Amino acid sequence: MESFDFIEMKFPAKPEYVGVIRLSVSGIASRMGFTYEDIDDLKVSISEAVTNVVNHAYDCKENGEVTIGFGVYEDRLEVMVADYGESFDLEKVKAEIGPYEQSESIESLREGGFGLFLISTLMDKVEINNNSGVIVLMTKYLEKLGVGFNDDHVSTK
Amino acid sequence: MNLQIQIDSKNNLSIVHLSGEIDVYTAPKLKEALLPLTKTHNGLVEVDLEKVSYMDSTGLGVFINALKLSTEHDCKLRLVNLQDRVLRLFQITGLHEIMDLNSTIRGVDE
Repeated sequence: MESFDFIEMKFPAKPEYVGVIRLSVSGIASRMGFTYEDIDDLKVSISEAVTNVVNHAYDCKENGEVTIGFGVYEDRLEVMVADYGESFDLEKVKAEIGPYEQSESIESLREGGFGLFLISTLMDKVEINNNSGVIVLMTKYLEKLGVGFNDDHVSTK
Repeated sequence: MNLQIQIDSKNNLSIVHLSGEIDVYTAPKLKEALLPLTKTHNGLVEVDLEKVSYMDSTGLGVFINALKLSTEHDCKLRLVNLQDRVLRLFQITGLHEIMDLNSTIRGVDE
């Protein structure tokens, strides 16, 4: 099996910790050698996923937790965001995960509904496990040659 | 990881200087400051985002909200000096077509 480092962090599902979570992904991605632009994409994506959890916890008046998992691979970073406080059972998460289907058009998205749309645009792969709680699994690949960022181009690899 | 908001108002013109990050933590504060301004009849609200280093969809939500309100009140809303990473979010979501984003944008590769 492919070797990788796994980092797990748990936070209260509160708005004030989203910035701290962003700093965490920024540190890990920077350590891996991601470009400035890719790190920014990762920061937005993880914030969107965590914001969904935080807003949901707020709506339900819960004192919930959000669990973040980072799978650090040679060629990519996998980020998991779960809306519950338990540790990840990695094999189970992977076995039960499915692709995120983008069915809504931009026009029909209501205010504040851009989160998953942005994640799917900014990350290379997005998967969702909806079994017991929601887990969003997002993957970003390292660009080996440090290809320049093009403002009007969105990577679809 | 906070957001500073400074508002300069003169007659019907309000200039809102933002500095810091717009996310789920700071968006309520921005909403509270910005939305009342967009209810100025025949007014102009200019939001200066030069010092906004980070924004996500919660920020987009606030500006959509502000745009709706300003349209209802015949008020103009304009966003200026967007950093290219912030501008990119408007472009990805198509919002750059409905929002007045001033062209004095820094650092965009042609």
